[in-house]
Amino acid sequence: MQAFIRHEGLVVPMDRSDIDTDQLVPKQFLKRVERSGFGKFLFFDRRYLNDEYEENPDFELNRPEYRGATILLARRNFGCGSSREHAPWAIADYGFRVILASSYADIFYNNSFKNGYLPIALPEETIEELFQREAKYRPYKLNVDLERLVISDAYGLNLSFAVDDFRRECLMNGWDDVGLTLRFEDKIIEYEKARGIE
Amino acid sequence: MTEESGKTASSPKTMYDKIWENHLVYQEPGDDSAILYIDQLLCHEVTSPQAFEGLRMAGRKVRHPDRVMAVQDHDVPTKDRDKPIADPIARKQIETLRANCKEFGIRLYDLFDIEQGVIHVVAPEQGHVRPGGTLTCGDSHTATHGAFGMIAMGTGTSEVEHVLATQTLRQKKMKQMRITIDGKLGRGVYAKDLILFVINKLTTAGGAGYAVEFAGEAIRSLSMEGRMTVCNMAIEMGARVGMIAPDETTFEYLRGRNFAPKGSEFDKAVEEWKKIVTEEGVVFDKEVRFDAADIQPLVTWGTNPAQSSPVTGNVPFPEDFENVEEQKMARNALEYMALEPGVPMTSIKLDWVFIGSCTNGRIEDFREAAAVLKGYKIADGVKAIAVPGSGLVKKQAEEEGLDKIFIDAGFEWRDPGCSMCLAMNPDRLQPGERCAGTSNRNFEGRMGKGGRTHLVSPAMAAVAAVKGRFFDVREWKFN
Repeated sequence: MQAFIRHEGLVVPMDRSDIDTDQLVPKQFLKRVERSGFGKFLFFDRRYLNDEYEENPDFELNRPEYRGATILLARRNFGCGSSREHAPWAIADYGFRVILASSYADIFYNNSFKNGYLPIALPEETIEELFQREAKYRPYKLNVDLERLVISDAYGLNLSFAVDDFRRECLMNGWDDVGLTLRFEDKIIEYEKARGIE
Repeated sequence: MTEESGKTASSPKTMYDKIWENHLVYQEPGDDSAILYIDQLLCHEVTSPQAFEGLRMAGRKVRHPDRVMAVQDHDVPTKDRDKPIADPIARKQIETLRANCKEFGIRLYDLFDIEQGVIHVVAPEQGHVRPGGTLTCGDSHTATHGAFGMIAMGTGTSEVEHVLATQTLRQKKMKQMRITIDGKLGRGVYAKDLILFVINKLTTAGGAGYAVEFAGEAIRSLSMEGRMTVCNMAIEMGARVGMIAPDETTFEYLRGRNFAPKGSEFDKAVEEWKKIVTEEGVVFDKEVRFDAADIQPLVTWGTNPAQSSPVTGNVPFPEDFENVEEQKMARNALEYMALEPGVPMTSIKLDWVFIGSCTNGRIEDFREAAAVLKGYKIADGVKAIAVPGSGLVKKQAEEEGLDKIFIDAGFEWRDPGCSMCLAMNPDRLQPGERCAGTSNRNFEGRMGKGGRTHLVSPAMAAVAAVKGRFFDVREWKFN
């Protein structure tokens, strides 16, 4: 997994709540057996006008001022719905490194940390302020520092945020979860022995 | 961050607390996440291929193949099964699961087995669920199995791989909420209406971060099928875990199932299962109470499962909602659904009716729908499919003659699978088509790009098929 320590990038605002994983990656793209290459399917139904990938010029990601954006700004309950990790794969493959929203669906939030980008939950007022700053200073960049747990911009913004310690450590080091758990394999064996699990 | 609830070892415990403690493998001092043992893993063809691939790349094995089962359900065609699968990518995914199960020694309920069906219908039917146990699957509707009194939750593919390799999951203990429904559901009001009502009240994010326990007389009175419908949709209010305490209804359902304990072992197990229920005097992080008498047959009008109205009501005006964000969501939803605010729900005309899914694809659901359909024909211009949740549900329904009622009414009687619920197979809406579905999600494009979904109970779906529009099942004249 790609490690994340700090990142500076362009912000694209998506003024919506309940951006569900069906919107992030529609079902027709779930049939692949690979993990890679999902970026071009991200937001497929709204991003393209047809199945030939003709871009919808009104969609945020297609607007010239948001090309190359790596930080996605949205509202409430981001990533609700299906558990499909294809959605995080698509977000990471598209090139997003940070998501900013006021809340996340649990499964999506959890899946994100396994894919090298950082979902940050901020209070609704703070999210509103970021939408306003983006409109005012466009093109708007943010600097996200996972080591210091601070988000800053070039106009004096200095926000702190929280991520639990274990997830932060894994993401900063790019660690693989299975490998980490297997460091405690003796505990698993002990548990199984005590219950007669062979 | 979870708050410390200040519980001590002697404090009364919830069912979730007890199951958590029984499955705790290891927790490092000072670490708020723990390694939790997972008793059973379920795999389907869509969220497992990359997990098996991950194992192969790392040279790892499946730790306990006997604690894993697999079914092909999301992609599978629901008719013409004897012909090759037309979609080459779906075929590859189905074949990949078959190959992975063979390679790693995992039990597969194959497309051509009578037991095959929707994974959350098959797992309980075969007895792969256990009160007091833990179960995961790469599917958000895994909460279904909480109906048996277990911690059952959906995960992403990375965590499918984690469970395959270690039989554990790294978890933070969730906050806990109890939702109590007092009293009895009225005639014509079903488990589906109950859960749609709760989601409407708590919103799509109201359960986020919580393990939810459903309790109260209305829940206790439900069959296992009804309880599974309720827990299945816990995720639609954001709760990964939805649970119901096991009781005689639970034990009777499990008795004699293929993978349930047998004979005296079963009786011993029942004694253990009885111990896991929530104790008196326990303090939940959140308590919510509703009265079953306030629940009416519901129909969703929007693009998330919280956006519903009683069938006797009207499509709402966006301005009716208190906050600006909800008003905006309602406006977006009404635009997508092409609905005028203020019109009666019963004026909404339908092109399709879909009965099936992990929410409402069990035998009781088909009985309820068939009771409505008996002696009726579906309306002109309506296409309707009945998709049993498993081969055994299908067989049971046929033995009871339900298939004839559906077919005589003008429904197509299909083979089991997820079907139109997520439209990964050929069963899907065309842009602009409108469907009454017994499934769980009315998201934009869920049943096909541009398709419009209204969620209802099986009985309400059957009534809608006959009328060609929504109609209150409580007013129905049963034959």
